[in-house]
Amino acid sequence: MNLATSQTASKVLKSKGQEAKPQNRKIPVWSWFWFILGALYFILPLYATLQFSLQMKRDEITLLAYQKAFEDPQFIKTFTYSNLLALATIIAGIVLFVPTAYWIRLRLPQARRITEFITFLPFVVPAIILVFGLIRIYSTPVKIPFTDIELFQPLTTTHFGTNILIVAGYMVLAMPYMYRSVDIGMRTVDVRTLTEAAQSLGASWFQIITRIILPNIRASLLSGALLTFAIVVGEVTLASFLGVNAFGPYLFLLGQHLAYQPAALSFVTFLLTWMAMGLIQLFTGGQGQAAGAH
Amino acid sequence: MTQTTLSTSNKITPVPLDWKKWLGVIPFFLFAILFLLLPSMRLFVGSFTDNEGRFTVGNILQLFEQKSILDAYWLSIRISAVTAIGGGIFGFLLAYAVTIGGLPRPLRSMLITFSGVASNFAGVPLAFAFVATLGRTGIITAILKNVFHVNIYQAGFNLYSFTGLTLTYMYFQFPLMVLIMAPALDGLKREWREAAENLGATTFQYWSQVAMPILLPSLLGAMILLFGNAFGAYATAYALTGGSLPIVTIQIGAQIRGDVLHNPGLGYAMAMGMVFIMAISLAGYSWLQRVSERWLR
Repeated sequence: MNLATSQTASKVLKSKGQEAKPQNRKIPVWSWFWFILGALYFILPLYATLQFSLQMKRDEITLLAYQKAFEDPQFIKTFTYSNLLALATIIAGIVLFVPTAYWIRLRLPQARRITEFITFLPFVVPAIILVFGLIRIYSTPVKIPFTDIELFQPLTTTHFGTNILIVAGYMVLAMPYMYRSVDIGMRTVDVRTLTEAAQSLGASWFQIITRIILPNIRASLLSGALLTFAIVVGEVTLASFLGVNAFGPYLFLLGQHLAYQPAALSFVTFLLTWMAMGLIQLFTGGQGQAAGAH
Repeated sequence: MTQTTLSTSNKITPVPLDWKKWLGVIPFFLFAILFLLLPSMRLFVGSFTDNEGRFTVGNILQLFEQKSILDAYWLSIRISAVTAIGGGIFGFLLAYAVTIGGLPRPLRSMLITFSGVASNFAGVPLAFAFVATLGRTGIITAILKNVFHVNIYQAGFNLYSFTGLTLTYMYFQFPLMVLIMAPALDGLKREWREAAENLGATTFQYWSQVAMPILLPSLLGAMILLFGNAFGAYATAYALTGGSLPIVTIQIGAQIRGDVLHNPGLGYAMAMGMVFIMAISLAGYSWLQRVSERWLR
Protein backbone atom coordinates (compact mmCIF):
# COMPACT_ATOMS: atom_id res chain seq x y z
CA MET A 1 0.00 0.00 0.00
CA ASN A 2 2.66 2.33 1.08
CA LEU A 3 4.68 1.47 -1.96
CA ALA A 4 1.69 2.03 -4.18
CA THR A 5 0.98 5.46 -2.78
CA SER A 6 4.55 6.51 -3.05
CA GLN A 7 4.57 5.27 -6.62
CA THR A 8 1.50 7.23 -7.51
CA ALA A 9 2.95 10.17 -5.69
CA SER A 10 6.08 9.98 -7.74
CA LYS A 11 3.93 9.60 -10.85
CA VAL A 12 2.07 12.74 -9.92
CA LEU A 13 5.32 14.50 -9.32
CA LYS A 14 6.64 13.29 -12.62
CA SER A 15 3.59 14.33 -14.55
CA LYS A 16 3.69 17.64 -12.78
CA GLY A 17 7.25 18.00 -13.86
CA GLN A 18 6.29 17.18 -17.40
CA GLU A 19 3.51 19.71 -17.30
CA ALA A 20 5.85 22.31 -15.97
CA LYS A 21 8.48 21.52 -18.53
CA PRO A 22 7.01 23.08 -21.65
CA GLN A 23 6.97 26.33 -19.77
CA ASN A 24 10.67 26.04 -18.97
CA ARG A 25 11.39 24.61 -22.38
CA LYS A 26 11.43 28.02 -23.96
CA ILE A 27 14.59 28.10 -25.99
CA PRO A 28 17.28 29.30 -23.58
CA VAL A 29 18.18 32.27 -25.74
CA TRP A 30 20.91 33.66 -23.54
CA SER A 31 22.55 30.29 -23.05
CA TRP A 32 22.67 29.84 -26.79
CA PHE A 33 23.97 33.34 -27.24
CA TRP A 34 26.92 32.82 -24.89
CA PHE A 35 27.61 29.38 -26.24
CA ILE A 36 27.75 30.59 -29.83
CA LEU A 37 29.92 33.52 -28.85
CA GLY A 38 32.28 31.16 -27.05
CA ALA A 39 32.32 28.76 -29.98
CA LEU A 40 33.20 31.63 -32.34
CA TYR A 41 36.04 32.74 -30.07
CA PHE A 42 37.35 29.20 -30.08
CA ILE A 43 36.99 28.49 -33.75
CA LEU A 44 37.72 31.75 -35.56
CA PRO A 45 41.46 31.93 -34.77
CA LEU A 46 41.84 28.28 -35.73
CA TYR A 47 39.87 28.74 -38.90
CA ALA A 48 41.93 31.82 -39.74
CA THR A 49 45.16 29.89 -39.19
CA LEU A 50 44.01 26.99 -41.32
CA GLN A 51 42.73 29.25 -44.05
CA PHE A 52 45.94 31.26 -44.10
CA SER A 53 48.11 28.14 -44.14
CA LEU A 54 46.33 26.92 -47.28
CA GLN A 55 46.97 30.07 -49.31
CA MET A 56 50.60 29.69 -50.18
CA LYS A 57 49.75 29.85 -53.87
CA ARG A 58 47.71 32.74 -55.14
CA ASP A 59 44.01 31.94 -55.76
CA GLU A 60 44.42 28.30 -54.99
CA ILE A 61 43.91 26.09 -51.96
CA THR A 62 47.10 24.18 -51.46
CA LEU A 63 48.87 22.05 -48.89
CA LEU A 64 52.20 23.38 -50.11
CA ALA A 65 52.90 25.17 -46.82
CA TYR A 66 52.52 21.91 -44.92
CA GLN A 67 54.69 20.07 -47.39
CA LYS A 68 57.42 22.70 -47.17
CA ALA A 69 57.22 22.89 -43.39
CA PHE A 70 57.50 19.14 -42.98
CA GLU A 71 60.34 18.89 -45.48
CA ASP A 72 62.55 21.30 -43.59
CA PRO A 73 65.28 19.17 -41.96
CA GLN A 74 65.39 21.71 -39.13
CA PHE A 75 61.73 20.97 -38.42
CA ILE A 76 62.31 17.23 -38.28
CA LYS A 77 65.31 17.72 -36.04
CA THR A 78 63.71 20.10 -33.56
CA PHE A 79 60.39 18.28 -33.49
CA THR A 80 62.07 14.93 -32.83
CA TYR A 81 64.19 16.53 -30.16
CA SER A 82 61.17 18.07 -28.42
CA ASN A 83 59.37 14.76 -28.49
CA LEU A 84 62.42 13.08 -26.96
CA LEU A 85 62.50 15.76 -24.26
CA ALA A 86 58.84 15.10 -23.55
CA LEU A 87 59.47 11.37 -23.38
CA ALA A 88 62.45 11.84 -21.05
CA THR A 89 60.41 14.16 -18.83
CA ILE A 90 57.56 11.67 -18.64
CA ILE A 91 59.80 8.70 -17.85
CA ALA A 92 61.91 10.56 -15.30
CA GLY A 93 58.71 11.96 -13.79
CA ILE A 94 57.19 8.51 -13.41
CA VAL A 95 60.40 7.10 -11.94
CA LEU A 96 60.58 9.90 -9.40
CA PHE A 97 56.95 10.67 -8.58
CA VAL A 98 55.34 7.23 -8.47
CA PRO A 99 57.57 5.69 -5.77
CA THR A 100 57.43 8.93 -3.78
CA ALA A 101 53.65 9.20 -3.86
CA TYR A 102 53.39 5.49 -3.12
CA TRP A 103 55.75 5.62 -0.19
CA ILE A 104 54.02 8.65 1.31
CA ARG A 105 50.65 6.99 1.03
CA LEU A 106 51.90 3.77 2.52
CA ARG A 107 54.38 4.71 5.21
CA LEU A 108 54.88 8.40 5.50
CA PRO A 109 51.60 10.27 5.78
CA GLN A 110 53.38 12.92 7.81
CA ALA A 111 55.23 14.02 4.65
CA ARG A 112 51.96 14.61 2.88
CA ARG A 113 51.50 18.29 3.55
CA ILE A 114 55.05 19.33 2.72
CA THR A 115 54.96 17.30 -0.50
CA GLU A 116 51.66 18.83 -1.50
CA PHE A 117 53.12 22.24 -0.85
CA ILE A 118 56.16 21.50 -2.99
CA THR A 119 54.07 20.19 -5.86
CA PHE A 120 52.04 23.39 -5.67
CA LEU A 121 55.12 25.65 -5.80
CA PRO A 122 55.64 25.58 -9.58
CA PHE A 123 52.42 27.58 -9.87
CA VAL A 124 54.03 30.29 -7.77
CA VAL A 125 57.31 30.21 -9.69
CA PRO A 126 56.47 30.80 -13.37
CA ALA A 127 58.65 29.32 -16.08
CA ILE A 128 60.48 32.59 -16.70
CA ILE A 129 61.49 32.84 -13.02
CA LEU A 130 62.43 29.17 -12.87
CA VAL A 131 64.74 29.44 -15.85
CA PHE A 132 66.24 32.62 -14.42
CA GLY A 133 67.17 30.79 -11.21
CA LEU A 134 68.32 27.65 -13.01
CA ILE A 135 70.66 29.63 -15.25
CA ARG A 136 72.12 31.60 -12.35
CA ILE A 137 72.77 28.42 -10.33
CA TYR A 138 73.99 26.08 -13.03
CA SER A 139 75.95 28.39 -15.33
CA THR A 140 78.77 28.52 -12.78
CA PRO A 141 80.57 25.53 -11.26
CA VAL A 142 78.46 24.15 -8.46
CA LYS A 143 80.29 24.33 -5.14
CA ILE A 144 79.58 22.99 -1.70
CA PRO A 145 78.20 25.98 0.20
CA PHE A 146 80.79 28.11 2.04
CA THR A 147 83.72 26.20 0.53
CA ASP A 148 85.63 26.27 -2.73
CA ILE A 149 85.19 22.58 -3.39
CA GLU A 150 83.59 22.13 -6.78
CA LEU A 151 80.94 19.46 -6.99
CA PHE A 152 80.54 19.54 -10.73
CA GLN A 153 81.15 21.74 -13.75
CA PRO A 154 78.49 24.19 -14.94
CA LEU A 155 75.65 22.27 -16.53
CA THR A 156 74.93 24.89 -19.18
CA THR A 157 78.28 24.51 -20.90
CA THR A 158 77.80 20.93 -22.10
CA HIS A 159 75.11 19.35 -24.23
CA PHE A 160 74.53 16.63 -21.73
CA GLY A 161 74.32 19.05 -18.81
CA THR A 162 71.87 21.29 -20.65
CA ASN A 163 69.69 18.31 -21.44
CA ILE A 164 69.63 17.32 -17.79
CA LEU A 165 68.80 20.87 -16.83
CA ILE A 166 65.94 21.25 -19.29
CA VAL A 167 64.39 17.87 -18.48
CA ALA A 168 64.58 18.72 -14.78
CA GLY A 169 62.98 22.10 -15.53
CA TYR A 170 60.18 20.45 -17.49
CA MET A 171 59.69 18.00 -14.64
CA VAL A 172 59.21 20.95 -12.32
CA LEU A 173 56.72 22.57 -14.71
CA ALA A 174 54.83 19.30 -15.10
CA MET A 175 55.07 18.33 -11.43
CA PRO A 176 51.75 19.83 -10.27
CA TYR A 177 49.86 17.90 -12.92
CA MET A 178 51.88 14.73 -12.93
CA TYR A 179 52.35 14.26 -9.21
CA ARG A 180 48.74 15.04 -8.56
CA SER A 181 47.38 12.69 -11.18
CA VAL A 182 49.60 9.94 -9.78
CA ASP A 183 48.45 10.73 -6.26
CA ILE A 184 44.79 10.82 -7.25
CA GLY A 185 45.24 7.54 -9.10
CA MET A 186 46.56 5.96 -5.93
CA ARG A 187 43.64 7.29 -3.92
CA THR A 188 41.26 5.13 -5.95
CA VAL A 189 43.17 1.87 -5.47
CA ASP A 190 43.78 0.36 -2.05
CA VAL A 191 47.54 0.70 -1.99
CA ARG A 192 47.95 -0.82 1.45
CA THR A 193 46.01 -4.02 0.78
CA LEU A 194 47.66 -4.50 -2.58
CA THR A 195 51.08 -4.09 -1.01
CA GLU A 196 50.35 -6.49 1.81
CA ALA A 197 48.99 -9.07 -0.63
CA ALA A 198 52.05 -8.73 -2.83
CA GLN A 199 54.44 -8.89 0.11
CA SER A 200 52.80 -12.01 1.48
CA LEU A 201 53.38 -13.59 -1.92
CA GLY A 202 57.03 -12.65 -1.68
CA ALA A 203 57.21 -9.71 -4.09
CA SER A 204 60.08 -7.24 -3.84
CA TRP A 205 59.54 -3.47 -3.69
CA PHE A 206 60.57 -3.16 -7.32
CA GLN A 207 58.08 -5.83 -8.31
CA ILE A 208 55.32 -4.21 -6.26
CA ILE A 209 55.77 -0.87 -7.95
CA THR A 210 56.28 -2.08 -11.51
CA ARG A 211 53.86 -5.00 -11.55
CA ILE A 212 51.16 -3.96 -9.08
CA ILE A 213 51.05 -0.19 -8.57
CA LEU A 214 51.87 1.06 -12.08
CA PRO A 215 49.27 -1.07 -13.89
CA ASN A 216 46.64 -0.07 -11.35
CA ILE A 217 47.10 3.63 -11.88
CA ARG A 218 47.74 3.52 -15.62
CA ALA A 219 44.74 5.69 -16.50
CA SER A 220 45.88 8.61 -14.37
CA LEU A 221 49.50 8.02 -15.37
CA LEU A 222 48.51 8.28 -18.98
CA SER A 223 46.58 11.50 -18.49
CA GLY A 224 49.51 13.01 -16.60
CA ALA A 225 51.86 11.89 -19.35
CA LEU A 226 49.71 13.35 -22.12
CA LEU A 227 49.40 16.65 -20.32
CA THR A 228 53.16 16.73 -19.87
CA PHE A 229 53.52 16.04 -23.57
CA ALA A 230 51.19 18.94 -24.37
CA ILE A 231 53.26 21.23 -22.12
CA VAL A 232 56.71 20.19 -23.31
CA VAL A 233 56.34 19.94 -27.09
CA GLY A 234 56.15 23.57 -28.14
CA GLU A 235 57.45 24.99 -24.86
CA VAL A 236 59.42 28.16 -25.55
CA THR A 237 60.55 29.86 -22.35
CA LEU A 238 62.90 27.26 -20.90
CA ALA A 239 64.01 26.04 -24.30
CA SER A 240 65.00 29.45 -25.65
CA PHE A 241 66.78 30.67 -22.51
CA LEU A 242 68.70 27.43 -22.12
CA GLY A 243 69.52 27.68 -25.80
CA VAL A 244 68.37 24.25 -26.92
CA ASN A 245 67.27 23.46 -30.45
CA ALA A 246 63.67 22.58 -29.60
CA PHE A 247 60.47 22.92 -31.58
CA GLY A 248 59.13 25.96 -29.69
CA PRO A 249 62.07 28.29 -30.42
CA TYR A 250 62.24 26.91 -33.97
CA LEU A 251 58.61 27.81 -34.60
CA PHE A 252 59.20 31.26 -33.14
CA LEU A 253 62.22 31.89 -35.39
CA LEU A 254 60.36 30.54 -38.40
CA GLY A 255 57.64 33.10 -37.71
CA GLN A 256 60.20 35.90 -37.97
CA HIS A 257 61.11 34.99 -41.55
CA LEU A 258 58.19 33.17 -43.13
CA ALA A 259 54.43 33.49 -43.18
CA TYR A 260 52.71 30.33 -44.37
CA GLN A 261 54.79 27.55 -42.83
CA PRO A 262 54.46 28.86 -39.28
CA ALA A 263 50.70 29.02 -39.71
CA ALA A 264 50.72 25.44 -40.95
CA LEU A 265 52.82 24.27 -38.00
CA SER A 266 50.65 26.23 -35.57
CA PHE A 267 47.64 24.39 -36.85
CA VAL A 268 49.46 21.08 -36.52
CA THR A 269 50.39 21.99 -32.93
CA PHE A 270 46.76 22.69 -32.24
CA LEU A 271 45.78 19.29 -33.61
CA LEU A 272 48.42 17.66 -31.39
CA THR A 273 47.10 19.45 -28.30
CA TRP A 274 43.61 18.43 -29.32
CA MET A 275 44.71 14.84 -29.67
CA ALA A 276 46.40 14.78 -26.27
CA MET A 277 43.37 16.33 -24.55
CA GLY A 278 40.96 14.07 -26.40
CA LEU A 279 42.91 11.02 -25.26
CA ILE A 280 42.87 12.29 -21.67
CA GLN A 281 39.09 12.64 -21.86
CA LEU A 282 38.89 9.15 -23.26
CA PHE A 283 41.01 7.61 -20.52
CA THR A 284 39.72 9.47 -17.52
CA GLY A 285 36.23 10.44 -18.62
CA GLY A 286 36.83 13.37 -16.36
CA GLN A 287 36.69 17.09 -16.63
CA GLY A 288 39.98 17.44 -18.38
CA GLN A 289 42.85 19.38 -16.91
CA ALA A 290 44.41 22.69 -17.53
CA ALA A 291 48.07 23.40 -17.71
CA GLY A 292 50.17 26.49 -17.82
CA ALA A 293 52.77 26.81 -20.51
CA HIS A 294 51.66 30.28 -21.42
CA MET B 1 43.32 -16.47 17.44
CA THR B 2 43.13 -13.38 15.32
CA GLN B 3 45.09 -11.53 17.94
CA THR B 4 47.96 -13.97 17.79
CA THR B 5 48.23 -13.73 14.02
CA LEU B 6 48.21 -9.96 14.30
CA SER B 7 51.00 -9.94 16.84
CA THR B 8 53.10 -12.39 14.82
CA SER B 9 52.68 -10.35 11.66
CA ASN B 10 53.87 -7.40 13.68
CA LYS B 11 56.98 -9.33 14.58
CA ILE B 12 57.65 -10.35 11.01
CA THR B 13 57.61 -6.77 9.73
CA PRO B 14 58.95 -4.71 12.60
CA VAL B 15 58.12 -1.02 12.44
CA PRO B 16 61.22 0.56 10.94
CA LEU B 17 62.90 3.43 12.70
CA ASP B 18 61.32 6.75 11.93
CA TRP B 19 64.27 8.23 10.05
CA LYS B 20 64.49 5.20 7.80
CA LYS B 21 61.04 5.86 6.47
CA TRP B 22 62.19 9.25 5.28
CA LEU B 23 64.90 7.64 3.13
CA GLY B 24 62.18 6.71 0.65
CA VAL B 25 61.37 10.31 -0.18
CA ILE B 26 64.94 11.61 -0.32
CA PRO B 27 65.19 11.49 -4.13
CA PHE B 28 62.06 13.60 -4.46
CA PHE B 29 63.17 16.19 -1.93
CA LEU B 30 66.65 16.28 -3.45
CA PHE B 31 65.09 16.94 -6.84
CA ALA B 32 62.87 19.67 -5.42
CA ILE B 33 65.80 21.30 -3.63
CA LEU B 34 68.16 21.17 -6.61
CA PHE B 35 65.82 22.33 -9.34
CA LEU B 36 63.12 24.34 -7.60
CA LEU B 37 64.12 25.59 -4.15
CA LEU B 38 67.79 26.32 -4.79
CA PRO B 39 67.11 28.38 -7.95
CA SER B 40 64.37 30.29 -6.13
CA MET B 41 66.64 30.87 -3.14
CA ARG B 42 69.38 32.12 -5.44
CA LEU B 43 67.07 34.82 -6.78
CA PHE B 44 65.84 35.60 -3.28
CA VAL B 45 69.35 36.02 -1.88
CA GLY B 46 70.41 37.92 -4.99
CA SER B 47 67.62 40.43 -4.54
CA PHE B 48 69.10 41.36 -1.15
CA THR B 49 72.68 41.59 -2.41
CA ASP B 50 74.40 44.62 -3.90
CA ASN B 51 77.09 44.62 -6.58
CA GLU B 52 79.83 44.10 -4.01
CA GLY B 53 78.07 41.11 -2.51
CA ARG B 54 76.90 42.82 0.67
CA PHE B 55 73.44 42.70 2.16
CA THR B 56 71.11 45.49 1.05
CA VAL B 57 67.44 46.32 0.82
CA GLY B 58 68.25 48.91 -1.80
CA ASN B 59 67.15 46.67 -4.67
CA ILE B 60 63.72 46.20 -3.16
CA LEU B 61 63.38 49.92 -2.54
CA GLN B 62 64.51 50.67 -6.07
CA LEU B 63 61.65 48.55 -7.41
CA PHE B 64 59.29 51.23 -6.18
CA GLU B 65 61.40 54.10 -7.45
CA GLN B 66 62.33 53.18 -10.99
CA LYS B 67 59.54 54.24 -13.28
CA SER B 68 60.12 51.65 -16.00
CA ILE B 69 59.81 48.84 -13.45
CA LEU B 70 56.69 50.24 -11.85
CA ASP B 71 55.18 50.70 -15.30
CA ALA B 72 55.97 47.10 -16.19
CA TYR B 73 54.29 45.79 -13.06
CA TRP B 74 51.32 48.07 -13.59
CA LEU B 75 50.93 46.95 -17.21
CA SER B 76 51.14 43.28 -16.21
CA ILE B 77 48.65 43.78 -13.41
CA ARG B 78 46.24 45.61 -15.72
CA ILE B 79 46.40 42.95 -18.43
CA SER B 80 46.05 40.16 -15.90
CA ALA B 81 43.15 41.85 -14.11
CA VAL B 82 41.27 42.65 -17.31
CA THR B 83 41.66 39.13 -18.70
CA ALA B 84 40.85 37.60 -15.32
CA ILE B 85 37.67 39.60 -14.88
CA GLY B 86 36.61 39.51 -18.53
CA GLY B 87 37.60 35.90 -19.02
CA GLY B 88 36.10 35.07 -15.66
CA ILE B 89 32.70 36.53 -16.44
CA PHE B 90 32.60 35.11 -19.94
CA GLY B 91 33.79 31.71 -18.76
CA PHE B 92 31.23 31.71 -15.98
CA LEU B 93 28.38 32.51 -18.38
CA LEU B 94 29.56 29.73 -20.70
CA ALA B 95 29.81 27.25 -17.84
CA TYR B 96 26.34 28.34 -16.73
CA ALA B 97 24.96 27.88 -20.25
CA VAL B 98 26.09 24.27 -20.52
CA THR B 99 25.42 23.16 -16.94
CA ILE B 100 22.11 24.61 -15.78
CA GLY B 101 21.38 26.94 -18.68
CA GLY B 102 19.26 24.38 -20.51
CA LEU B 103 21.54 23.61 -23.46
CA PRO B 104 21.54 20.07 -24.87
CA ARG B 105 23.85 17.68 -23.03
CA PRO B 106 26.29 16.92 -25.90
CA LEU B 107 27.22 20.61 -26.09
CA ARG B 108 28.51 20.36 -22.56
CA SER B 109 31.08 17.67 -23.21
CA MET B 110 32.02 19.46 -26.41
CA LEU B 111 32.68 22.68 -24.54
CA ILE B 112 34.60 20.95 -21.75
CA THR B 113 36.87 19.13 -24.20
CA PHE B 114 37.42 22.26 -26.20
CA SER B 115 38.20 24.18 -23.03
CA GLY B 116 40.79 21.58 -22.09
CA VAL B 117 42.45 22.08 -25.45
CA ALA B 118 42.22 25.87 -25.55
CA SER B 119 43.51 26.39 -22.02
CA ASN B 120 46.59 24.43 -23.09
CA PHE B 121 46.92 26.07 -26.48
CA ALA B 122 49.24 28.96 -25.81
CA GLY B 123 52.62 30.38 -26.61
CA VAL B 124 53.88 30.76 -30.16
CA PRO B 125 51.07 28.91 -32.01
CA LEU B 126 48.43 30.97 -30.21
CA ALA B 127 50.18 34.20 -31.13
CA PHE B 128 50.38 33.13 -34.79
CA ALA B 129 46.71 32.17 -34.76
CA PHE B 130 45.76 35.64 -33.60
CA VAL B 131 48.00 37.27 -36.16
CA ALA B 132 46.12 35.29 -38.81
CA THR B 133 42.83 36.43 -37.30
CA LEU B 134 43.28 40.03 -36.20
CA GLY B 135 46.64 40.99 -37.66
CA ARG B 136 46.89 43.58 -40.42
CA THR B 137 46.01 40.96 -43.01
CA GLY B 138 44.00 38.76 -40.68
CA ILE B 139 40.67 37.28 -41.65
CA ILE B 140 38.52 39.32 -39.28
CA THR B 141 40.37 42.48 -40.20
CA ALA B 142 39.73 41.74 -43.88
CA ILE B 143 36.07 40.88 -43.36
CA LEU B 144 35.46 44.03 -41.37
CA LYS B 145 37.18 46.08 -44.04
CA ASN B 146 35.59 44.50 -47.12
CA VAL B 147 32.10 43.74 -45.85
CA PHE B 148 31.48 46.35 -43.19
CA HIS B 149 33.94 48.97 -44.52
CA VAL B 150 35.51 49.37 -41.10
CA ASN B 151 39.26 49.54 -41.02
CA ILE B 152 40.05 48.64 -37.43
CA TYR B 153 43.71 49.51 -37.81
CA GLN B 154 42.84 53.00 -38.99
CA ALA B 155 40.41 53.19 -36.10
CA GLY B 156 43.34 52.73 -33.74
CA PHE B 157 43.27 48.99 -33.12
CA ASN B 158 46.58 47.21 -32.96
CA LEU B 159 47.09 43.53 -32.23
CA TYR B 160 50.54 44.18 -30.82
CA SER B 161 49.22 46.32 -28.02
CA PHE B 162 47.39 46.13 -24.71
CA THR B 163 44.05 45.37 -26.38
CA GLY B 164 45.56 42.81 -28.72
CA LEU B 165 47.40 40.96 -25.99
CA THR B 166 44.28 41.02 -23.84
CA LEU B 167 42.20 39.47 -26.62
CA THR B 168 44.88 36.83 -27.15
CA TYR B 169 45.18 35.95 -23.46
CA MET B 170 41.40 35.58 -23.36
CA TYR B 171 41.79 32.53 -25.54
CA PHE B 172 43.30 30.51 -22.70
CA GLN B 173 41.70 32.43 -19.84
CA PHE B 174 37.99 31.84 -20.29
CA PRO B 175 38.36 28.13 -21.07
CA LEU B 176 40.22 27.75 -17.77
CA MET B 177 37.29 29.47 -16.08
CA VAL B 178 34.88 27.04 -17.74
CA LEU B 179 36.93 24.11 -16.45
CA ILE B 180 36.88 25.42 -12.89
CA MET B 181 33.31 26.69 -12.77
CA ALA B 182 31.46 23.82 -14.47
CA PRO B 183 31.96 21.45 -11.49
CA ALA B 184 31.09 24.26 -9.07
CA LEU B 185 27.82 24.95 -10.91
CA ASP B 186 27.09 21.23 -10.88
CA GLY B 187 27.43 21.42 -7.12
CA LEU B 188 24.41 23.72 -6.83
CA LYS B 189 21.76 21.37 -5.52
CA ARG B 190 18.39 21.26 -7.20
CA GLU B 191 16.78 21.13 -3.73
CA TRP B 192 18.08 24.59 -2.91
CA ARG B 193 16.32 26.05 -5.88
CA GLU B 194 13.13 24.13 -5.13
CA ALA B 195 13.23 25.18 -1.51
CA ALA B 196 13.70 28.79 -2.52
CA GLU B 197 10.84 28.61 -5.02
CA ASN B 198 8.55 26.96 -2.47
CA LEU B 199 9.25 29.83 -0.14
CA GLY B 200 8.19 32.17 -2.92
CA ALA B 201 11.55 33.42 -4.10
CA THR B 202 11.83 34.86 -7.58
CA THR B 203 14.61 33.76 -9.89
CA PHE B 204 16.46 36.94 -9.11
CA GLN B 205 16.09 36.39 -5.38
CA TYR B 206 17.28 32.81 -5.73
CA TRP B 207 20.38 33.91 -7.57
CA SER B 208 21.22 36.90 -5.46
CA GLN B 209 20.49 35.35 -2.07
CA VAL B 210 21.13 31.62 -2.48
CA ALA B 211 23.22 30.68 -5.50
CA MET B 212 25.58 33.65 -5.67
CA PRO B 213 26.67 33.62 -2.03
CA ILE B 214 27.49 29.93 -2.43
CA LEU B 215 29.27 30.40 -5.75
CA LEU B 216 31.04 33.62 -4.90
CA PRO B 217 34.11 32.12 -3.18
CA SER B 218 34.84 29.75 -6.04
CA LEU B 219 34.04 32.48 -8.57
CA LEU B 220 36.47 34.89 -6.93
CA GLY B 221 39.03 32.15 -6.36
CA ALA B 222 38.91 31.13 -10.00
CA MET B 223 39.35 34.73 -11.13
CA ILE B 224 42.39 35.09 -8.88
CA LEU B 225 43.81 31.93 -10.42
CA LEU B 226 43.18 33.42 -13.86
CA PHE B 227 45.01 36.54 -12.74
CA GLY B 228 48.06 34.51 -11.76
CA ASN B 229 47.80 32.53 -14.97
CA ALA B 230 48.08 35.69 -17.06
CA PHE B 231 50.61 37.35 -14.80
CA GLY B 232 53.16 34.57 -15.23
CA ALA B 233 52.68 34.25 -18.99
CA TYR B 234 55.75 34.97 -21.08
CA ALA B 235 55.82 32.99 -24.32
CA THR B 236 52.53 34.26 -25.74
CA ALA B 237 53.42 37.89 -25.12
CA TYR B 238 56.92 37.48 -26.48
CA ALA B 239 55.77 35.68 -29.61
CA LEU B 240 53.04 38.22 -30.28
CA THR B 241 54.78 41.48 -29.56
CA GLY B 242 58.41 40.46 -29.88
CA GLY B 243 59.13 42.18 -26.59
CA SER B 244 57.79 45.59 -27.56
CA LEU B 245 55.10 45.54 -24.88
CA PRO B 246 57.08 45.83 -21.66
CA ILE B 247 55.20 43.57 -19.24
CA VAL B 248 57.10 42.20 -16.25
CA THR B 249 57.88 38.79 -17.72
CA ILE B 250 59.26 40.40 -20.88
CA GLN B 251 61.43 42.73 -18.80
CA ILE B 252 62.75 39.82 -16.76
CA GLY B 253 63.46 37.94 -19.97
CA ALA B 254 65.53 40.89 -21.20
CA GLN B 255 67.35 40.96 -17.88
CA ILE B 256 68.25 37.27 -18.21
CA ARG B 257 69.63 37.78 -21.73
CA GLY B 258 71.80 40.65 -20.61
CA ASP B 259 71.88 42.95 -17.64
CA VAL B 260 69.61 45.65 -19.12
CA LEU B 261 68.92 47.16 -15.72
CA HIS B 262 72.68 47.53 -15.09
CA ASN B 263 72.13 46.04 -11.67
CA PRO B 264 71.81 42.26 -11.35
CA GLY B 265 70.36 42.60 -7.85
CA LEU B 266 67.53 44.74 -9.20
CA GLY B 267 66.75 42.02 -11.74
CA TYR B 268 66.50 39.45 -8.98
CA ALA B 269 64.33 41.80 -6.95
CA MET B 270 62.03 42.17 -9.93
CA ALA B 271 61.72 38.41 -10.23
CA MET B 272 61.03 38.14 -6.51
CA GLY B 273 58.33 40.80 -6.78
CA MET B 274 56.64 38.59 -9.33
CA VAL B 275 56.91 35.52 -7.13
CA PHE B 276 55.46 37.59 -4.30
CA ILE B 277 52.41 38.59 -6.34
CA MET B 278 51.96 35.02 -7.61
CA ALA B 279 52.20 33.66 -4.07
CA ILE B 280 49.58 36.07 -2.77
CA SER B 281 47.15 35.33 -5.58
CA LEU B 282 47.59 31.56 -5.26
CA ALA B 283 47.23 31.68 -1.47
CA GLY B 284 44.02 33.64 -2.01
CA TYR B 285 42.86 31.07 -4.53
CA SER B 286 43.47 28.08 -2.29
CA TRP B 287 41.86 29.82 0.69
CA LEU B 288 38.73 30.69 -1.31
CA GLN B 289 38.69 27.18 -2.71
CA ARG B 290 38.55 25.77 0.81
CA VAL B 291 35.77 28.17 1.76
CA SER B 292 33.70 27.17 -1.27
CA GLU B 293 34.15 23.46 -0.55
CA ARG B 294 31.95 23.86 2.52
CA TRP B 295 28.88 24.04 0.31
CA LEU B 296 29.86 22.65 -3.02
CA ARG B 297 30.99 19.17 -2.09
